[in-house]
Amino acid sequence: MRLLALPVIIPLFGAALCLLGTRWLAAQRAIGLLATSSALVAAIGILVEVEADGVQALDVGAWPAPVGITLVGDLAASMFLTMSLAVILLVQLFAIGQEADRVRPAIAHPVYLVLTAGVSLSFLTGDLFNLFVAFEVMLISSYVLITLGAGRDQIRAGMTYVVINVVASTMLLTTVGLIYGATGTVNMADLVEKFAELPESTRTVLGLLLLAVFSTKAAVFPFFSWLPDSYPAAPVAVTAVFAGLLTKIGVYTMIRSTSILGLEQLSDTILVAAGVTMVIGGIGAVAQDDIKRILSFHIISQVGYMVMGLGLYTVAGLSAAVLYIVHQIPVKTVLFLVGGLVERTTGTNALHSLGGLLRRAPVIAALFAIPALSLAGMPPFSGFLAKLAVVRAGIGAEHYLVVAASLGAAILTLLSMNKIWAGVFWGKPGEPVIDTLREPEDGSAPGRLRPPTLMTWATAAMVVLTLVVPVFGGQVHDLSVRAAEDLIDPSAYVEAVLGPETAEGQP
Amino acid sequence: MSILLAVLIGWLFAVGVYLVLQRALSRIVLGVGLLGHASVLLLLAEGGRAGEPPIVSKDGVPAGIAAPLPQALALTAIVIGFAMIGFLLALAYRSFVWTRSDEVEDDLEDARIREMVADEEGHYRASTALDAEGPIRPEDQP
Repeated sequence: MRLLALPVIIPLFGAALCLLGTRWLAAQRAIGLLATSSALVAAIGILVEVEADGVQALDVGAWPAPVGITLVGDLAASMFLTMSLAVILLVQLFAIGQEADRVRPAIAHPVYLVLTAGVSLSFLTGDLFNLFVAFEVMLISSYVLITLGAGRDQIRAGMTYVVINVVASTMLLTTVGLIYGATGTVNMADLVEKFAELPESTRTVLGLLLLAVFSTKAAVFPFFSWLPDSYPAAPVAVTAVFAGLLTKIGVYTMIRSTSILGLEQLSDTILVAAGVTMVIGGIGAVAQDDIKRILSFHIISQVGYMVMGLGLYTVAGLSAAVLYIVHQIPVKTVLFLVGGLVERTTGTNALHSLGGLLRRAPVIAALFAIPALSLAGMPPFSGFLAKLAVVRAGIGAEHYLVVAASLGAAILTLLSMNKIWAGVFWGKPGEPVIDTLREPEDGSAPGRLRPPTLMTWATAAMVVLTLVVPVFGGQVHDLSVRAAEDLIDPSAYVEAVLGPETAEGQP
Repeated sequence: MSILLAVLIGWLFAVGVYLVLQRALSRIVLGVGLLGHASVLLLLAEGGRAGEPPIVSKDGVPAGIAAPLPQALALTAIVIGFAMIGFLLALAYRSFVWTRSDEVEDDLEDARIREMVADEEGHYRASTALDAEGPIRPEDQP
C-alpha cells in the first residue's frame, strides 16, 4: 500500500525543491501548489482504498512491524487526512492571493510544506514515538510560521505558544519513554495487546499522562488558555490553518490513544473535561471584542463537543466525534479566512470600530453567514448534523448533564456569532480604518474595500467544501459509523499491521 | 535502574519545571533544556542495563546486548531538543530586541478585559495593542 507514504514524502520533496528556488517566488508558489495538490490526490486515493479494502498498512523500509515503523491508514485517519489536505491547499491559495508569502519568500513556502508533511505523518503513523516526531515536525513549522516577519505582538504571542507546546512535547516524550519501559514496545498495534497486560493502576497513570499531553495540543480544559493568547496575533492564513488543523490533530490523537490503549476507565474524566470545555469556550467567546478572539474561543468550545463524543465511548459517540471533526476542519478555517477578508477590507478586527459591511461588501457577508450558521448548529448545515449526532449519542448513553452543557454552549456560540454579525455587518457603515502608523501585517495597502480576487475565490471554495458534508450527509455518516466501529474494536487495525495470526488471540 | 538515577531524573524534572515557570525568558530556555535532558535520561534508563554494542554478526545476535531502541529514541530526542532550544534562543533574542527586557509580557487583551470591569464610566477602550495607538482621525490632529 505504497500510497500511504506519498502524503508525507511529496510535501517534503516539495519543501526541498522550494529551498532551491529561494528568490524566484513564482516557482516557489508553483511547487508549493503542486506538492499540496498531489498530496491531496494521494489522500483521496488512500480514502478510496481504505473504504473498499479495510485498514491499510505500510512497513517503512520493509522492516517488519513491530520492529520497524508502520504507516497505517484506517477510515478515521483517511477521512481526516483528506479534509486536512484540502483545507491546506485552499489556505495556500488564500495566502498567495493575500501576497503573504512576500514577507519571507525564502522560508514561507518550504516551511508550509513541512507543516503539511507533519500533519500527514501525524494522521498516518502507527508508532507512538513516530507520532512524537511527527508532532515536532508539525510544531516547529508552526513556530516558524507564527513568528514569521514578526512584530512585537507576534513575538509575545509566539513565545507563549512555543513554550507551552515545547513543555507539552517534552511530556509526550517522557510518557512514550514510560510506556516503552512498561511494555517494551512503541508500536501502536503491538501496544493493543501488551498494554492490556499491565496492572490497572499503571494503565490509568500512563493513560492520564498521554491524555493530558494531547489535551494540551487540543486545548481541552484545563489546558486551553494558551490558545486565545496566541492564535489571534498570528497572520491570518497561519491562524486559519492552525485553527482548522492543529487542535483537531490533538483530538484525533486522543481518540487514537484511547482506542489503542483501551482507556475506558478514563471516559468519565474525559466527559467532565469536555463539558467544562464547551461551557468555558462559549462564555469566553461572548466576552470578547475582537473577531479573531471570539473565533479562538469557539475553537475551544467546539473541541469540547468532539471530546464529549470520545468520552461517551460508544459507537454512536465515537462516530459523532468523527463526524464533528470532519465538519469542523473546514468550517473553522473558513471563518478565520473571512475574518482575514474583513480585516483586509476595513483595516481592523475590533468589533467596536466596524459596521455596515452588509451593504458595502455583501459577498463577504454571505461567505461569513454560511459557516457561522453551520458552526452555531443551524439546519441544514453540517454543524446541525454534527451537533445532532453528539446530542443523540449523549442521550443514548444517558449522560444528560453533559448533553445539557452542550446545548447551553450551543446557545452561547449562537450568541457570540450574533455579536460578530451585528458588530461587523449590520449598523451604520463606519469609515475604513486607515492606520497610517502601521501597515497591515500582509504588506498590502490599508483600507481597500475589495480584497484581491484570489482570496475571495479561495474562501468561497472552502465554503463550498463545508457544504460537502451536509449534501453527502448520509454517506459521511455511514463512513463515520464504520470508522467508530474500527476504533472501538482495534482488531482490524492490529491485523493489518501485525498480520492475521496475531489477531486471532485478540479479546 | 539505580536509585541515584531515578532521583536525578526526578530532580532534573523538578528544576526544569521551576525554571519554565519563571518570568525571565533566559530562565525559561534553561528550563526547557533541563526538561529535555531529564526526558532523555529517562529514555536511557528505560533501556535497562548497559551491555554489548547491539551489532548483529554472522553468528546471530550476541548475548547481553544493550537495548538499541531507547538509544535511537534518545538520539532523536536530543537532536529535536537542541533544534528547539536554538529556536527558543533566537525568539528570546528577537523579543529582547523589541522590548529591551527579558520578560514574558502579559496578554494585553486579558488585561483590558480585567480593566473593563473596573472602569465605572463604561467606556469601551481599544482592544489590541494595534488599536491602542488608534487610527489618525482629522479631529485628533492638533
